[in-house]
Amino acid sequence: MMSRKTLDLWVGVFVAIGFGALLFLALKVANLSWLSGAGTYQISAKFDNIGGLKVRAPVKSSGVVVGRVREIHFDNQTFEAVVTMSIDSKYQFPRDTSAKILTSGLLGEQFIGISAGGDTVNLKDGDSLKITQSAVVLENLISQFLYSKAAEGGDKKQ
Amino acid sequence: MMLGASELLRRLGAHVTGMVWRLGFATRFFLLILKQSGPSFRRFHLTVREMYFSGVQSLIIIIVSGLFVGMVLGLQGYDTLVRYGSSEALGVLVALSLVRELGPVVAGLLFASRAGSAITAEIGLMKATEQLDAMEMMAVDPIARVVAPRFWAGVISMPLLAALFSAMGVFGGYLVGVRMIGVDEGSFWSQMSAAVDFVDDVLNGVIKSFVFGMAITWIAVFEGYDAPPTAEGVSGATTRTVVTASLWVLALDFVLTALMFRGN
Repeated sequence: MMSRKTLDLWVGVFVAIGFGALLFLALKVANLSWLSGAGTYQISAKFDNIGGLKVRAPVKSSGVVVGRVREIHFDNQTFEAVVTMSIDSKYQFPRDTSAKILTSGLLGEQFIGISAGGDTVNLKDGDSLKITQSAVVLENLISQFLYSKAAEGGDKKQ
Repeated sequence: MMLGASELLRRLGAHVTGMVWRLGFATRFFLLILKQSGPSFRRFHLTVREMYFSGVQSLIIIIVSGLFVGMVLGLQGYDTLVRYGSSEALGVLVALSLVRELGPVVAGLLFASRAGSAITAEIGLMKATEQLDAMEMMAVDPIARVVAPRFWAGVISMPLLAALFSAMGVFGGYLVGVRMIGVDEGSFWSQMSAAVDFVDDVLNGVIKSFVFGMAITWIAVFEGYDAPPTAEGVSGATTRTVVTASLWVLALDFVLTALMFRGN
């Protein structure tokens, strides 16, 4: 028979692993909130509509992941969505860089694509991007298409 | 011919009466466990000892099967999702299916066959070798000393094992999805954490596994205590434990899912 101390140790290990798994599920799987580590700088951008953009979605430039979306909130003064991004310090962008919300594939996830401008001064931590383009909302696109089709049809009749 | 029909009806009646009797006995047994469970908390080392047998010794099977279930989910899920160009949703698929369903249910089935059968066999053998009678002779209540600690050990171990199963499954899905296939790591985790809710998914999964743990260990200790004191009786009781407990896990899963996730 195993001694009581060894037994207690094993049960302790078991309970610790079990609660560790629960903690993993709670933090990492459910609502994780990792603070971004060193080696990144924050920039923000305002969008009229962010579509289905999520926190921690990738920020890409020329298709390469250069950062992550850190925070999304609604600005009640300008009625716009403010997206804060953490960009890897390895990558520096000019001040007139533009951001747009893109979708990978037809139904895929949304990400921010940034394209560099021509300014000689680079973005600093806490700067905001001036030129932005909102997410394409499929419903708006379809209604625009239908309106233009209807207008075409009206023209032909006359 | 008439005699045959009446004989058939008589057997049916006897079967139903026996079932109702057993259900009543099991319920009284359950209440007796609750009433006699004081010592299993006051002398907690009794429960700890049983947690070693039902919890610690189930660790390997839970970890390995969780990992493989997660890896298979990752492969199969990717195969389907990539057709719709949304392979980034792999994390959501793996995490939700594990946390909500597969974690509690598969861990419950494994727990029933790994720990439940052992509990039944042990108690049944104690009864067959008249150890339980000997305890009663020494004014030791076998329900307080033998049954209740095993029951509570199972009830405590089961949610931990289910959580571990889900966590290992998510890790397996991550290994296959991100490391092997190359789904974007950030999207994998971000879509997962956006879609999985702590209360609705994780906590409900824990509640499920808690209920399963209760049902499985209740069935296991009852079958052991109720087993005919013969070798054949013990083996039959062990089989019945695994079959009945597995069926109850699946049936309770449906009831709990219908109650919990009706809204979404």
